[in-house]
Amino acid sequence: MKRTIPWIITIVTGFVLVIAEFVPPWGKMREDVLIYFQIISVFAFFLGGGSLLKINLQKVFSKRTDWEYALVTVVGFFVMLALGLFKLGNPEMATAGYAADLNANGSWFKNLFDAVKAPLSASMYSLLAFFIASASYRAFRAKNSDATVLLVSAFIILMGQTFVGVVATGWMPDWVSFFKVENLSLWLLAKANLAGQRAILIGIALGIVSMSLRVILGIERTHLSGGDE
Amino acid sequence: MTLQSRTSRNAFWPGFRLAVYGMMFGIVFSSSAVLSQEATAEVDNASTMLAPMLAPAAPGNVTVEDAPNDAGHAVIVTFSQSQAPADGQALVLGYEIYRSLARSGPWKKVGAVPSDVDVTASLIYKDAGGSDKSSDDYLPTETDLFYRVRAVTADSTLYSDSEVSAPAQAVGQWWNSGRNPVFFFVLFFTLLTLYFLRVAKQRGDSLYIRPLAGIDAVDEAIGRATEMGKPILYVLGLGTASDIATIASFTILGRVARKVAEYQTDVIVPCYDPIVFTIAQETVRTGYMDAGRPDAYRDDQVYFVTQAQFAYVAAVNGTILRDRPATNIYLGKFYAESLILAETGAIAGSIQIAGTDEIAQLPFFVVACDYTLIGEELYAASAYLGREPLLLGALKAQDYAKAVIVVLAILGVIMSGLGYEGFAKAFEAVG
Repeated sequence: MKRTIPWIITIVTGFVLVIAEFVPPWGKMREDVLIYFQIISVFAFFLGGGSLLKINLQKVFSKRTDWEYALVTVVGFFVMLALGLFKLGNPEMATAGYAADLNANGSWFKNLFDAVKAPLSASMYSLLAFFIASASYRAFRAKNSDATVLLVSAFIILMGQTFVGVVATGWMPDWVSFFKVENLSLWLLAKANLAGQRAILIGIALGIVSMSLRVILGIERTHLSGGDE
Repeated sequence: MTLQSRTSRNAFWPGFRLAVYGMMFGIVFSSSAVLSQEATAEVDNASTMLAPMLAPAAPGNVTVEDAPNDAGHAVIVTFSQSQAPADGQALVLGYEIYRSLARSGPWKKVGAVPSDVDVTASLIYKDAGGSDKSSDDYLPTETDLFYRVRAVTADSTLYSDSEVSAPAQAVGQWWNSGRNPVFFFVLFFTLLTLYFLRVAKQRGDSLYIRPLAGIDAVDEAIGRATEMGKPILYVLGLGTASDIATIASFTILGRVARKVAEYQTDVIVPCYDPIVFTIAQETVRTGYMDAGRPDAYRDDQVYFVTQAQFAYVAAVNGTILRDRPATNIYLGKFYAESLILAETGAIAGSIQIAGTDEIAQLPFFVVACDYTLIGEELYAASAYLGREPLLLGALKAQDYAKAVIVVLAILGVIMSGLGYEGFAKAFEAVG
């Protein structure tokens, strides 16, 4: 029963939305379903917040390894919640009351977001530069024939993007201009790379249709959970 | 001699000075004359510019027709642009579209179109209104609608209106014929899947499916974690519960959780989305129950972290570096965080299995992980792990459909090469 009812809802919703793709008057149903989804997600946020607090408070009270980080998380959670809910330090509070814009200039909420969260996120993102370098180093070692092809392609594209590459092959006469590094680089991106990407895309599209059919027909029910029938 | 010379010099100087003064006067006079002529010309030009300009030519041939393949509430307005401005006419900057329920008005501005450099080109505007009668942009269906187009210039007082169009109605269609190719393909694929489901029921799990190295590695990875006494980290990515990649990941998580419970090891699932978190929690719990070990499940195995992308990455990286999981499994939707996660896992020495349908992230996973499920392999993975006949049947149908698409693509290339574009156009979906 725990799985049957969600499965019936899945079948009905799935078929209706598939048909709505081809029957224009049913198109509005898709918008309605999205609204239902948003309503459900509001409740899920409470569950998510509850989980976050539960896990981190358990860590703090049982003094598990690195419990200090959990304490920072809990404090951060409550500070931002209080600043957001009660609009503390919000300059618009005097005029607009609790309808004040959360991101009003000068509000403590916005200041903390801009001064703490945004730079920390940017720092994490910037790590990507170093990871790309280390990953490239491993990927471009010519260990086997596949890696060698990867290395040669990467070298051509890299040279094609720099003036050094263009200058190095600039002397080539027009009848072999295809082998100029910028043209080779363009060919690799626009032909070899694009063909591969499209092949993967077609596979993904088929996979999505197949997966959707399995879900709608009830062959795939793991995501419904809920124990036995 | 000297005296005479001085006398003649004295006689010379007044004349010379007179000549110089005369020349200077001439230059000044002629300059001032030139200047006054230029000034006069400028004044003339200015007076010409300030002269009242003429309104542009009116746009013409306003025709209105129902927008095809929709639920009504939309029409397409086509009109020819104003002719190129003649002397004194203001330049047309764009065209405003007005709609009315009666030929005589009142008129309501519904949109605007910038003018085209090529004034001979006709312009098209789709007036797609709302279906809610109480909204401002409501456009009624099966009601006569009149349109007129106004050519506007930089001067708001200079414009020209077209003739009022003939009445037209927005009519809803019950079938979107522009999507016929998609419909027929979905129908074909559904029938193919149903056929192979029937075959799979009859033949059990004896259907052959191509092997996937990444899936074969899952069992090995769980075994390794058990031997090492370390947990398995399962990351569902940044997708929401409505993403097919995330749904596919749930099914794999369920099977991984079951095996993990059987092997008596541990799985950690940090979640990015609260709905994904609730489903993942239920999925893992069910996996433990199916394995007959519901008591081994703990609530802190599946937990919500945050919906901030890089804060989530920081939390997962922290888990990788602190707990040193034996295996990291990344299956779902991933974006810029893919390489940060996978490289950290590689540094921690974990076996890594990844899979996503985000093409831009696939190279990162291929480089940093031991096994990668590319695109549709992610969707096929649950069937491989389950080995249930029905799932294998659906997979078989997917492979046959892929073969059909390959044949059609080759035919398309040949037909286009021969100059017959109709074949490719037959598969084009519109709207």
